[in-house]
Amino acid sequence: MPWLTALLALPLVGLIVLLAIPGTARNAVRMWANAVLLGGLALALPLWQAFDRAASGYQFVDRMPWIPTLGAQFLLGIDGISLLLVLLTSLLGPIAALASWNAIEERTKEFYAMLLLLQFGMLGLFLSLDLLLFFVFFEVVLVPMYFLIGIWGGERRLYAAIKFFLYTLAGSVVLLLGIIALYWQGGLQLAQPTFEIAELLKLQLPLDAQRWLFWAFFVGFAIKVPMVPFHTWLPDAHTEAPTAGSVLLAGVLLKMGTYGFVRISLPLFPEAAREAAPILAVLSIVAILYGALISLMQQDWKRLVAYSSVSHMGFCTLGLAALNSNGIAGSVLQQINHGISTSLLFLLVGYIYERRHTRQIADFGGLAIGMPRFAFVFAVAVFSSAGLPLLNGFIGEFTILQGAFIVNRAWAAFAVFGIVLGAAYLLWLYQRTMLGDVRNEANRGLPDLSLREWATVLPLLLLALAIGVYPKPWFAVLERPVLDIAGRLAR
Amino acid sequence: MSHFYTDVDHFALLPAILLAFFGCAVFLFDFLLGERSRRWQLALVLPGLAMTGWHLWKQGQIAPFTAFHGAITIDAFGLFFNWLFLLTAALVALISYRYLEIEEEHQGEYYGLVLMAQAGAYFLAVGTELITIFVGLETMSLSFYVLVGFLRRSRRSNEAALKYLILGAFSSGILAYGFSILYGIAGSTYLSDIAMAVAARPAFDPLTVLAILTVSAGILFKISAAPFHMWAPDAYEGAPTAVTAYLAVGSKIASLALLLRLFLGPLGTAREAWEPLLILAAIASLTVGNLAAVTQTNAKRLLAYSSIAHAGYLLLGLVAGNATGLQGIAIYTGAYVFMTIGAFLVLMAVHGEEIEDLNGFARRHPGYAVPMVVFLLSLAGLPPTAGFLGKYYIFLALIESGRYVLALVGAAYVAVALFYYFRLVRSMFLLPAIEVERPQASSLGLRVALGATGLVTLGAGIYPEPFLQLAMRSLLK
Repeated sequence: MPWLTALLALPLVGLIVLLAIPGTARNAVRMWANAVLLGGLALALPLWQAFDRAASGYQFVDRMPWIPTLGAQFLLGIDGISLLLVLLTSLLGPIAALASWNAIEERTKEFYAMLLLLQFGMLGLFLSLDLLLFFVFFEVVLVPMYFLIGIWGGERRLYAAIKFFLYTLAGSVVLLLGIIALYWQGGLQLAQPTFEIAELLKLQLPLDAQRWLFWAFFVGFAIKVPMVPFHTWLPDAHTEAPTAGSVLLAGVLLKMGTYGFVRISLPLFPEAAREAAPILAVLSIVAILYGALISLMQQDWKRLVAYSSVSHMGFCTLGLAALNSNGIAGSVLQQINHGISTSLLFLLVGYIYERRHTRQIADFGGLAIGMPRFAFVFAVAVFSSAGLPLLNGFIGEFTILQGAFIVNRAWAAFAVFGIVLGAAYLLWLYQRTMLGDVRNEANRGLPDLSLREWATVLPLLLLALAIGVYPKPWFAVLERPVLDIAGRLAR
Repeated sequence: MSHFYTDVDHFALLPAILLAFFGCAVFLFDFLLGERSRRWQLALVLPGLAMTGWHLWKQGQIAPFTAFHGAITIDAFGLFFNWLFLLTAALVALISYRYLEIEEEHQGEYYGLVLMAQAGAYFLAVGTELITIFVGLETMSLSFYVLVGFLRRSRRSNEAALKYLILGAFSSGILAYGFSILYGIAGSTYLSDIAMAVAARPAFDPLTVLAILTVSAGILFKISAAPFHMWAPDAYEGAPTAVTAYLAVGSKIASLALLLRLFLGPLGTAREAWEPLLILAAIASLTVGNLAAVTQTNAKRLLAYSSIAHAGYLLLGLVAGNATGLQGIAIYTGAYVFMTIGAFLVLMAVHGEEIEDLNGFARRHPGYAVPMVVFLLSLAGLPPTAGFLGKYYIFLALIESGRYVLALVGAAYVAVALFYYFRLVRSMFLLPAIEVERPQASSLGLRVALGATGLVTLGAGIYPEPFLQLAMRSLLK
């Protein structure tokens, strides 16, 4: 059985089996879903070993005919960039499932069915090398996420769920038109019309066509990232989603946008990308600063973390806008870092919400006294997110700033200010919730992290440390594909 | 066989004869069956449809050919649509009986009228002579007028039937007027003669333009495209839900077949004159249908408005004017049959018409609610469903022919459509149930139809190749 196809099929097969389990057998449902997702992780991890870092192009390619009439194939494959994102997805999937063990009491079976479907969609997106297949997965993830937010979400879940769906869909229909137009252009130049990205890279697109296509794809991806000014769906969706939903939304779904830029927009439309880079950079810097300032103002713990994503994703897009190898490599690594640190933050918010049923920052204070382990993990998460050296966030942001600095010093200068603001709102959050005396009696005697909760945060903690202390292997994986893309952009 | 009625003529007519024959048989034998055993009428209807299908298949072996001196043309185009009519009628017959029993209107005539309507529709797809077409159209329409008012004791059903009858008769009149002008232009009622006569005139010849205006007004009414859509929401809402499905699918695609037959055939050379007209109608349909659907509280009305929007997408396929556009129409209509009937049959199973009747439906009947999500996603045009393919081809056709703005308009309305379709999903999955137990119009036939429509809608989206091949081979002349 081809490796990547098996990896992709696993959650789907797991879902079908899950449907056969009676909904009343909640523990069986939970165990099965966790086992399937863990199995996926076990299947994905050896890719890290088997992956050839020196080779150019895609590896482990699985190719099957899908819609020959259209020239669409079932085409899976990975390079260093997608390898990292696939591993991140495979890791966050089981973590999200395990984190929901006690949190989801209602409609448990449906919940895990949606998680598995979501996992299928997310993996498929990062694995596919065929644009139509890519688009299908781009849409597939919307449905389970809609239900995750809409059924198991917070108070304003109905509003948040449809807002998320409509926003992303509005972007993706424009993306679809872009894909169709690109396909049609390809049909004029290539012997056989195709959606295969590697084939489409051979096209000679006139600048005018590149511009139109770039901006069509931009709308689809920028909403997904989300870049300012398309970010307004994010705080609602992230805040209202259940913990697992927030983790996967912030950890994986946002990366679909940036991944789209790296995989499609930049290499396929390099000249248009060069033209558009200053606009992207300005939007990114606005996102970094604006997201950070808004985070400073938040009263709601989870909403603060949500807005911090706007700021941090701004760094990822800034790295892309630099269009050089430093910027792109930093951007991809920062996507992974953001996946780790923000997932940690959302997990911890979720755990505290399960204990206290409130997320208002003002309700907390002095948690470190009663929950020292929780406070320790939260400290690492905060430092990682704020970009403290020796933790993962620093490496990513530093490399991005390097890349930006080469192109335009002003970009880097503004972005650095964003890091300062980031440290400010994160540390202030830490101070208000963890430090000081216990002012609210309800915060006394809260149980510290349980074994299950440790199991969800520990892998992320270790990864944050590992990347921060020794980033070389991560960059080694990225080197080849990033150089290829940067080479296309420099031409 | 005489010179006036040859073997070929008979062969070309046979499916319609069979449909009418079995329709009459249903009328005749109805008195033999008691109230509870009326569902045995299906034992007449389904074999009738099967025999019709058998003869359609045999016609397909030697198509294309003409009969009655060119009044009937059996070609791939006509056969494709007739297969769709057949599927539609079979599905509608299957899903109806329990529903009609609950409404206490389970009369045998119902099945007879379904078959009669299909017999009329037959000529819309294969007719190539104006009188033949018109008689077919009226046979179909008359059957539908009765079917819409089939719930005799329901005032809304009666009102809907009357509205539909009056407006329908009016539009038929306009269409007949257009036909008479075409006859005036050509001196013949055969489409092939008309084609030559129209081609000999300039595109903006006043007579041709007048004929186009009147003919398109008449047909746009039948496919419920704006600005001739006013009847649709009322008729859809008042009609028994099974008839609504038949009306939304059977009547619409039969009239679409006629539209294509006329506008690609005899009026094809006057494209310059009718294209702007159809573009306006398409944009108006998309706008009216999608925007009005957003505010509906009645699920049938919502689907009615959405079906106006679907007429808009189909018109866009014709506007694009290339082979891709025609393939798009074929795939779109094929998908439309399954997803629309699917959506309506779930509404029948709920046996409620207001959107809030669906509240909490997923908790009680996930077996209906989950397929409904597939149908609604398909209606909105999201992958991986059949509806996505239809939209994909339409957009591709528009981009190929350089009509980027139209493509963008069509794409933008996908998001709007999703919003109102997902109001149904929201009711079914996200909102708590209302504690009213209502009769479930579920039955074996309904479940079979649900399985079939659901499988096709999803299956064609996941592995579309066979369906694309089928549509491609069938529609291109």
